[in-house]
Amino acid sequence: MGRTLAEKVWDEHVVRSTPGEPDLLYIDLHLIHEVTSPQAFDGLRLAGRPVRRPDLTLATEDHNVPTLDWDKPIADPVSRTQVETLRKNAAEFGVRLHPLGDLDQGIVHVVGPQLGLTQPGMTIVCGDSHTSTHGAFGAIAFGIGTSEVEHVLATQTLMQAKPRTMAVTVNGTLPEGVTAKDLILYLIAQTGTGGGQGYIVEYRGEAIEQLSMEGRMTVCNMSIEWGAKAGMIAPDQTTFDYIEGKPEAPKGAEWDAAVAHWKSLRTDDDATFDKEIVIDAGDVTPFVTWGTNPGQGVPLGAHVPSPDDFEDATDKVACEKALAYMGLEAGTPMREVKVDTVFVGSCTNGRIEDLRLAAEVIKGHKVAEGTRLLVVPGSVRVRLQAEEEGLDVVFKEAGGEWRGAGCSMCLGMNPDTLDPQERSASTSNRNFEGRQGKGGRTHLVSVPVAAATAVKGTLASPADLV
Amino acid sequence: MEKFTSHTGTALPLRRSNVDTDQIIPAVYLKRVTRTGFEDGLFAAWRNDPDFVANKPEYAGVSILVAGPDFGTGSSREHAVWALMDYGFKVVLSSRFADIFRGNSGKAGLLSVPVEQDVIEQLWAAIEDDPTTRITVDLEARTVTCGDLVAPFQIDDYTRWRLLNGLDDIGITLGNEADIAAFEATRPSFKPVTQ
Ligand code: SF4
Repeated sequence: MGRTLAEKVWDEHVVRSTPGEPDLLYIDLHLIHEVTSPQAFDGLRLAGRPVRRPDLTLATEDHNVPTLDWDKPIADPVSRTQVETLRKNAAEFGVRLHPLGDLDQGIVHVVGPQLGLTQPGMTIVCGDSHTSTHGAFGAIAFGIGTSEVEHVLATQTLMQAKPRTMAVTVNGTLPEGVTAKDLILYLIAQTGTGGGQGYIVEYRGEAIEQLSMEGRMTVCNMSIEWGAKAGMIAPDQTTFDYIEGKPEAPKGAEWDAAVAHWKSLRTDDDATFDKEIVIDAGDVTPFVTWGTNPGQGVPLGAHVPSPDDFEDATDKVACEKALAYMGLEAGTPMREVKVDTVFVGSCTNGRIEDLRLAAEVIKGHKVAEGTRLLVVPGSVRVRLQAEEEGLDVVFKEAGGEWRGAGCSMCLGMNPDTLDPQERSASTSNRNFEGRQGKGGRTHLVSVPVAAATAVKGTLASPADLV
Repeated sequence: MEKFTSHTGTALPLRRSNVDTDQIIPAVYLKRVTRTGFEDGLFAAWRNDPDFVANKPEYAGVSILVAGPDFGTGSSREHAVWALMDYGFKVVLSSRFADIFRGNSGKAGLLSVPVEQDVIEQLWAAIEDDPTTRITVDLEARTVTCGDLVAPFQIDDYTRWRLLNGLDDIGITLGNEADIAAFEATRPSFKPVTQ
C-alpha cells in the first residue's frame, strides 16, 4: 500500500522501532533559542554529557530581545540573563549562535528557512510550538519541551509515537486579495482549536500549490492553532526554487541528488489518511478574529457574534467571556472596531513578502490619527532586504515605526507590549488573553488587513481605502 | 542519575492534602535558568511561617517526605521535583499522587511511594513523637519499614528498573548508541549541517 508524505519522512528517520514502544526518531536539525534551552544545557552539564551533534544545531536570540537599541545591554534583567545564558551555553557546547547584532539573528522559524537549513524530508524540532512552520518545505517539524530539548542535544534523537495523518485539500483558487493567513484563520474557525489534535496534517490541492513559500509557511505555522502536531506541504518546484542558492543549500551534484530525493516525497495515489477535510478556496474571504482563541474568527464583512449564535453551551459561555475580555458588543460590524495598535511581524507574517504586501497597501497613505503602526521584520536579513527596497521609508513616511528583528509584540516578552484594554490588529498567531501584554486585546488579521487597518484606524481591507 | 536501591533517613511529617505544584514551588521561581538551586523555593509561602513544620530545627536534615493524599496536583512543572530533590528529599510518601508529578519524579530520580493512609498516619505519629525516627524505603523489596511497621508498596516495573539502574530517558537512549551511530552512517551527504 502507498504511503503519505508524512509516513515517508517518518520512516526515513526511525533509528529503532519496538512494537508497543514509541519510535526512536533521528533529528536532522535542532533549533534553539534563549527561553527554552537554559535548563536543557544545565542538565547536560550536571550529567557531564556533550551535545552529540553541534553541527545539526543552530541557536538564535529572538523571544525577548529588544527591537530598539539592540546594540545596548538588554534592560530587563530576566531577558538579559536568558540571552547571556544562551551565549555562554553556545560557546561552551560549541553550538553556532546568531546573537543580537548578527546578520542572521532573527526569529528562529524565519532564520532556518532563509539560511536554506530547512529542506524537504527533514525532521526539525525546536523548543517552540511554531516549529510547525518548517513543514511548509515537506519536513516533519514540531515543537518540544525543555526535557526533550536536552534529550535531542544529548542524543540527536527523540522518542515519539507515530501520529495519525490528516489531509486538508483546498480546491480552487483563493479570491483576489485573500491570503494564506485568511485561509488558515478560516480553516481554524471551521474546525475549532482542537480540530487537528494528534494529527500530522498535509495541506494539498490547487490553492496550496499556488501559494508562495511564505504563504505555505503561514499556513503550516498556524497548524498548532487548530491543535495539529505538525503541518506539511509536499515539496515542488516552488520549494526547490526557494531553497536553491541559499547559503546552506546543497550545491552541484549534491543539489541534484537532493532534488531527486525530494521529488519522491509525495503522498502516493493509493495512500490513505486517517482523516480528510476538503474546502473550497473560493469560500475564503478576509478573515479576522473577534475573541480570545484563534478559532473565534469571522469574515471581516461580518458582525461580532452573540452568545445566542452558538448552540453548544460551552461555546455560548466562551463567547460571553471573550466579548467581555475584548470589550466588544455583539452585533457590532467588525469594520467598526477601532484599533489602537497594528502589529506587522512574527514568524507567521514577518517575512519579506509580508512586508512588501504591507508597504504596497500603505504607500501614499498615512497611519490614522490615534493608531500606532509597529513593523517588526522577522530577521535582520528581512530588515536589510526591506531597507534595500525602500519599504522602511514607506512605513516611516506613513507615520509607522520601523524596528529591529525579533518576536516582539507577538508575545510581549520584550518591551513591545499592549497596555491593558489596548486593542491590536496583529499579523501574529495567538490572541489569547494577555498574550501581547496584560489586559491587551488582540485581533488576528492578514497582512493586507493589518495595513489597511493602520490607515483607517478601524478593521479594514485594502478595498476600503479607495 | 544516581542509582536507587534502598534509602534510610529521617522524615518530615507534612500533614496536608492536595499539595499542588504551586505550593511546592511558586511560579516566580520558574524564571530561573538553572536545573539546580531550587531548594529555597520549596514550600516558599509556608516557610515564611516560623511554625511551619519544615522550619523546626528537629526536622533539619530530613530526606523523606511523608505527605497527605493527592500530592503534586496542578501544573506539570518539573521544577516541583527539582525543588524537592535540591532540598534533600530522596523519597516522598503519600496515599495518592497526581499522575504527572509521579511521572516527573520517576524520570528525575525522586522515588514517589504510594502507601495506605493508615500507614501514613502511623509514620506521622512516629516521627512527630521522635523526629530522629528513621524510615527505610527499600526499592528492591518494595517495602517501607519503620520500627515494627513494614508496609509493602506498588511501583511499576519500568520505573523501578530505571531507578534501580539510575537511568534517565537520555541514559536509556544512549544505551542504544550503536543504533544511532549506525543510522548516522547512512544519512545522505546532501543533508545540511550548521558548521
Ligand atoms: S514570533 Fe511569536 S509565535 Fe513565532 S516564535 Fe516568536 S513568539 Fe513564538
